[in-house]
Amino acid sequence: MIERLGLSPAATPMENEAALWLVLVLPLLLGVLGAIARPSRTWPVAVAGLLPLLALGWLSSQVAGTTGKSGVVELGDLVLYWRVNGLTLLLLLLTYLIGLASALYAPAYLRDDVQALTWGQAWFWPLLGLLISSLALIWLAADLLSLYIGLELMGLTAVGLMLLPGKVEALVAGLRYLLLALVGSLAFLLGISLMLGAWGRLDLAGLAEVAEPGVLLWVAVGLLTGGLMLKAAAFPLHVWLVPVHAWAWIPVSAIHAGLVIKASFFIALQLWLLLVPEATVAAWMIGGLAGAAVVWGGVKAWRSAKLKEVVAWSTVSQLGYLLLAFPLLIGTDAAVADLAWQGTWLQLAAHGLAKAAMFLAAGNLILATGAARVEGLAGASRRFPLSLLSFGMAAISVVGLPPSMGFTAKWLLLHAALSGGHWAWMMVLAVGTLLSAAYVFRLFHYSFIEDAPEAEFRRVPWPMETVALLLALAALLLGLAAEWPLTLLRGAGDEP
Amino acid sequence: MSQGWLPVLTLATSLLVAPLIFALPERAWRARAVVNLSAAVLKILLVALLVLGFYQGRDFVFGFTVVEGASFLLQVDALGLMFAGLSSLLWLATTIYAIGYLEDSPNRKRFFGFFSLCVASTAGIALAGNLFTFLLFYELLTLSTYPLVVHRGHAKALAAGKVYLRYTVTGGLVLLLGVVALYALVGDVAFGQRERLADLGPDAYPLLTVLFLVLLVGLGVKAALVPLHGWLPRAMVAPAPVSALLHAVAVVKAGAFGIVRLVYDVYGISLVHELGLLTLLAAIASVTILFGSIRALSQQELKPRLAYSTISQVSYIVLGISLFGPFGTIAGLVHLMHQGLMKVTLFYCAGNYAEELGIHRIDELDGAGRRMPLTSLAFTVGALGMIGLPPVAGFISKWYLGIGAVQADMSWAIAVLAASSLLNAAYFLPIVHRLWFRQGPAHGRGRWPEERHLGRFETSTWLLLPTAATALFSILVGLLAGVPFSPLDLATFMATVEYLP
Repeated sequence: MIERLGLSPAATPMENEAALWLVLVLPLLLGVLGAIARPSRTWPVAVAGLLPLLALGWLSSQVAGTTGKSGVVELGDLVLYWRVNGLTLLLLLLTYLIGLASALYAPAYLRDDVQALTWGQAWFWPLLGLLISSLALIWLAADLLSLYIGLELMGLTAVGLMLLPGKVEALVAGLRYLLLALVGSLAFLLGISLMLGAWGRLDLAGLAEVAEPGVLLWVAVGLLTGGLMLKAAAFPLHVWLVPVHAWAWIPVSAIHAGLVIKASFFIALQLWLLLVPEATVAAWMIGGLAGAAVVWGGVKAWRSAKLKEVVAWSTVSQLGYLLLAFPLLIGTDAAVADLAWQGTWLQLAAHGLAKAAMFLAAGNLILATGAARVEGLAGASRRFPLSLLSFGMAAISVVGLPPSMGFTAKWLLLHAALSGGHWAWMMVLAVGTLLSAAYVFRLFHYSFIEDAPEAEFRRVPWPMETVALLLALAALLLGLAAEWPLTLLRGAGDEP
Repeated sequence: MSQGWLPVLTLATSLLVAPLIFALPERAWRARAVVNLSAAVLKILLVALLVLGFYQGRDFVFGFTVVEGASFLLQVDALGLMFAGLSSLLWLATTIYAIGYLEDSPNRKRFFGFFSLCVASTAGIALAGNLFTFLLFYELLTLSTYPLVVHRGHAKALAAGKVYLRYTVTGGLVLLLGVVALYALVGDVAFGQRERLADLGPDAYPLLTVLFLVLLVGLGVKAALVPLHGWLPRAMVAPAPVSALLHAVAVVKAGAFGIVRLVYDVYGISLVHELGLLTLLAAIASVTILFGSIRALSQQELKPRLAYSTISQVSYIVLGISLFGPFGTIAGLVHLMHQGLMKVTLFYCAGNYAEELGIHRIDELDGAGRRMPLTSLAFTVGALGMIGLPPVAGFISKWYLGIGAVQADMSWAIAVLAASSLLNAAYFLPIVHRLWFRQGPAHGRGRWPEERHLGRFETSTWLLLPTAATALFSILVGLLAGVPFSPLDLATFMATVEYLP
């Protein structure tokens, strides 16, 4: 596993680190620029958004053909580690794409829908930039200290973004989120200090070598995992998630559900694979939580009265699929682990794209109908077919029906579970599919009602429609083109 | 020689029409009709090219890897061609019909868009070269049919849609699990590589039996095998062209087609026989045939009666397969085509009566033959074919089924066949009798429920043309069963060359 994460000594240093710094800092710089310019049109954002993608292209051209690159940054006594490999590049690309989608959605949204105040607009852009930068840091970091910095920055900016609507309810939900995120950070910090005290180093590759199994390691891993699971909204630590999304701005919800909670999952999985790669029983316990998350999140999404709540609960449920990575990767044989490895990252990407698209499309529907409740969708298929189509295509990926990316990911996970004979995890996936179909088609059910009273509705600005549509199309159609991201993942470790 | 682009193009004609239709504005019905009809004609031409190439012995294969161990694969074989032919023919007919049927009704853009997607799925199912690809289109079919079933948007339609989804999504999931398990067991198996499963040896037989049953349940939901048929009668609330397509080629047939693929192309008939599953299949089919016919008898409305009749008729296909021998196989395969033509005719007629005269119940049909002679003639052809009278297509199916049953030494199957034919007669002949020999509003007695004069002839030309055409085809494929390129010819080729040991 250590090779797959790009942490093996085989990774060579990079000659020119400029691309790396550009990838890290550019989103933040653009965010600051956005605070000054406060764009009210879409095209300047689109032009600016291309720059990080170009930087990413530069970085990947330097990594291409190798198993990955790694290196250190020395700040006096402090040594920070980083690495780039296929997985990192994939996650960076996903982050930039979803970040760009949120940014493109924002100008029209802030202007037309929420009529945000000037200070709200001014804060939105730098916070978004910082959020993307901190995510990039998390994907790149290869030591616990950088990960902690990234995690903390990400958590605080996410809370900041959640507070921007300025409503009382948003403040209450946001402050609760802040409180829990701080508890999570505290646990994480304690775990780090235990590690540092015991083994005197924080770089992941080194820790994987020196850490000895024992009570201390388990306490440290337990603290780290607990903190991360709280931030990832993993069952049963998910209570903060839904209220936060109920009041947050739509583009913020999209990037939060699509990426932020996944970052914590990514760190947790990475730590387990490196530090406790043989802990089968503990991984099964996480698998049990995954099953509970899938069922509970699915049932709650099915019973929710408001559109945004359905989407938010669905995140809790879908995170369960990702948590299945623990029991499928830890303590299983190589063939199963290989399938599960690909399935997990594909599922992460599929859910990121689909959930972001779903939030954006839901925002469009809410703007158009003026109703936040599910019943408000009555007749939507006739009046705003495009918004509904975007929502539908994203939903298909969430349910995991072909030809979506969600389907391909589910296929891989099912294949892993079946070829390893893990019937329980197969059942989790099956039940999750049925529940997600139930909550998704409940929404469609309303949208096809014909004899609904003709209510007033607003036109959705075209940039908002287009962004949601494109993101949903990506989630729907990339399922059949999964070979490319998967070769990127395989290139990260399988070949010598 | 390998030409991959032709099957892809065939698939693309209906697949790409869908976004085009969605892009056109709702009121541009002329442009929509032109796009739709020209695509349908183009597709028939492409399928004809495929048939021609196939007879010349060319291979059409297109494929790429999707994930490790599963590839997207389109390939052309006789069975697929037959299904693709049926699908493309009925797409054209039903599109013409639907244009007339939905005139001036709301949401036509949505209807025709999803209609094309639905047809594209059936083309994909026909051309799929392995179970993974089959599954892709099988699920796409579920998705694209849902908006058609709930098209009317009233409470009854929405409730039917819910039931439809409950059955088909669950069935799809079961099928997915079965397919993944099969892939985990033997890897990517293209249709026709039967020896892969047989090579596993007797140790794997219990596992293979379980897998077969799982896959059968997944497919049986759409094929409406009893007891998995509950969704079908309720889905009758859909507009007439949708019901026609659903019963003739789309959903129900896709399930039956899948079962044929499973038996002949994945497991191979010898292996299924060795596993002792043919008897089970025959038993399920017989129960379904009799159950459907008996329930059809008690229906007072025309469309539900036709729906239960479908449940019964589609299982003839399964029964034919389960008679291990050339004639049974031919009967099963050819009925795939025959039943489609006859059933689509009957549904068109039901739609015509409903549109022109407002008739939904069977007892309202008295004397309708005088008012709508062509429609009634077409209905009579379809009904007689279902009963199995020559020269209509249904006769060929039943004749071969009978011989197949004798050959397979399953005399009880003949009893089932005879009973079912009697039942068919019992529920179809009274309708025919009412049409032609009873006095009704056309003779000055009472009034039609809701009479409209939709066209110059007995009803709108858009509705009449496809009805007459499919009725004519039902007779032609029966009369000309012996000539090359006929469904019987294809089925005989498949049975003797491809499928039987």
